[in-house]
Parts: sequence; structure tokens; C-alpha cells
Amino acid sequence: MLSARKFKRLLIIVAVAVLLVSLNYPITVHAMHIMEGMLPPGWCIFWFAVAAPFFIYGLYRMRQIVRDSNQNAKIMLALCGAFVFVLSSLKIPSVTGSSSHPTGVGLGTVLFGPGVLSVLGAIVLLFQALLLAHGGLTTLGANMVSMVIVGPFVGYAVWRLCRALRMNRSISIFLCAVFADWITYVTTSIQLAVVYPDPNNGVLGAAIKFLSIYAVTQIPLAIAEGLLTVLVYNLVISNHLWEESALR
Amino acid sequence: MKRKTLQNWILLGLVIVLCVIPFFVAKNGSFTGSDDQGTEQIHKNDPSYKVWIHPLWTPPSAEVESFLFTVQGSIGTGIIAYIIGNAHGKRKARQEIQQNAKNKS
Repeated sequence: MLSARKFKRLLIIVAVAVLLVSLNYPITVHAMHIMEGMLPPGWCIFWFAVAAPFFIYGLYRMRQIVRDSNQNAKIMLALCGAFVFVLSSLKIPSVTGSSSHPTGVGLGTVLFGPGVLSVLGAIVLLFQALLLAHGGLTTLGANMVSMVIVGPFVGYAVWRLCRALRMNRSISIFLCAVFADWITYVTTSIQLAVVYPDPNNGVLGAAIKFLSIYAVTQIPLAIAEGLLTVLVYNLVISNHLWEESALR
Repeated sequence: MKRKTLQNWILLGLVIVLCVIPFFVAKNGSFTGSDDQGTEQIHKNDPSYKVWIHPLWTPPSAEVESFLFTVQGSIGTGIIAYIIGNAHGKRKARQEIQQNAKNKS
């Protein structure tokens, strides 16, 4: 006996996801991520070197979680990965008149800590680089640093801070997801500004320009991502997929 | 339970509002990707920069690209819906078993 209301709720999530994707049908171009070839080789290597230890740590954490957790950790890892998959495929219009997409790393960060996201997120970035010419293989390291390393770690810091201030879990998760999303684009802006300083105003001038392109567009999307993250979190908790008390 | 359900509806409503507002605020916006604007900015800051490598494969048309994006989204949505639906069914079943046990005793 499936309660009709719960089933409807699921259907609506699917419908909204489909709606969001189809809403963006006429929008042909990519959003976010540093594109293939847009970073000089030296910087590509540098960012790969930065990302590598986090990736290895992520693999180690995943093994640890699957081995030690008595909750259904494997299933929840799949769910968190799928959430990143969905959200990073949604190109949403923003008030600035351009489009961009959320990152979806907040949920996994709160449930498993920031480490595992570097693995889950790398899969998504690889998928998009290979099949969608979105992002790139040479810029994969740089994109990993912004989306699946800096994002989750900052999000996690926000989560811990909110919990320390005794905010309730929903609000903490919301803020975690919002900041993880937004800081990703701030990081991208800085990564680009360092390589392409403004001819007149240097790195800082360039950073401000890139921020005005990426970070401002991202604000409403980050909020939307926060709301969606809380929604999925609610579904996870109310169906006993994860114990709320495990989230301190 | 009821409270959470209501909360979810409100959350969904807000997300939709956030997605629709831009069409009213930025009426003349082209809604192109922000990274294409970023690429433009790179050319402005350093006109001599040459893109040194190109993607191995680029979707042949906008339709194919949006198709692949939709596939990506659908895979993710499918997994999420399956996991949550499955857990939901299990919870219901457990409740029913408990209910039956109570009725018998």
C-alpha cells in the first residue's frame, strides 16, 4: 500500500527536474567550468597536482565508510552521487540574463563529510568533459578543485559552524549547500584571474570582472540548490534512509 | 510528517519561483552560459592567448547536447527516485507487519 500523497511527491520531483531541463532547451551554450584549452598547460598540471591528494583521500574515505557504517552507506553514496548528477545537469536561468548550473555537492558533504565528494564529483565532471564538451580533460584538475574540493570543504565548514551555533539541521544544510555552490564559482573566478590578469588593473581587477560574470549569476541558483538539497534531505530522513541523529 | 510534507511543497514552490523570476527581471537577457561570457573576458584580458587543445568530441548540435544533458539528469533522477521509493515501500511494509502483529495479540 503506497500512500498516494508520498507517491505524488516523488512524481513531482521527477516532473520538476524534467521541467527544469526542458525549460532550458533553447539555451545552447554551456555554463560554468573552465573550458578545454582555456588554461595554459603549466596551470593544468598545477591544479591536477592540487586535486590528486584530495581524490586519493576521497577514495580512502569511501572505503572506510562502506566498511564501517552500519547504516545503508552504499545506497546513500549512490544517492548523493546521483544528486550531483542531476543538479549539475540543470542549466538554470539567472537574474543577470545568463544561465549557469548548480553543483549538488551539499547533500553528500553533510552526510559523509567533504572527502567523498571529490570522487563522486570527479565522475560527473568526467562525464561532462567527455560527452558534453563541457569543462575539459586538461582543465579537469582545476574544475575539481573549484567544484568538488573547495566547494564541499567550505560547505562543511559552514555546516559545522551552523551546528555549533545550534541552528537546526534543515537551515544548516541549506546554508551549507548555498555556500558550497557559490564558493565554487568564486574559486573559478580566482583561478581565471590569476592566469589572465586585467591589462590595467591586474589580478584583482580581473577577479572582480570574473566574479561579476560567475558569482553574481550564481546567487539565485545557489539559493535554489539549497532549497532542493533540503527537500531531498527531508525525503531521506522521513523514509528512514538515514538517521537524523547521525548528523551532529 | 505533515509538517515535513508541507515544507517540501513550499521548497518546491520557491525553487520554481527562483527559476521563473529571471525571465521577468532580465527581459532582454539572452540566457547564454556564464562560462561563455567568461571566455570572452579571457580574450579581452589576453588577446594573444591561443586555445591550445580542443575537446576530443563535441556534440554535433544543440539538440544532441541538450539530449545528453537530459540523459545525465534522468539517470540521476532515476537513481534518486528508485532509492527513495524503495525505502518508502520498506517503511510501509514494516508498519503493516507491526500493525498486523498488534491486531493478532
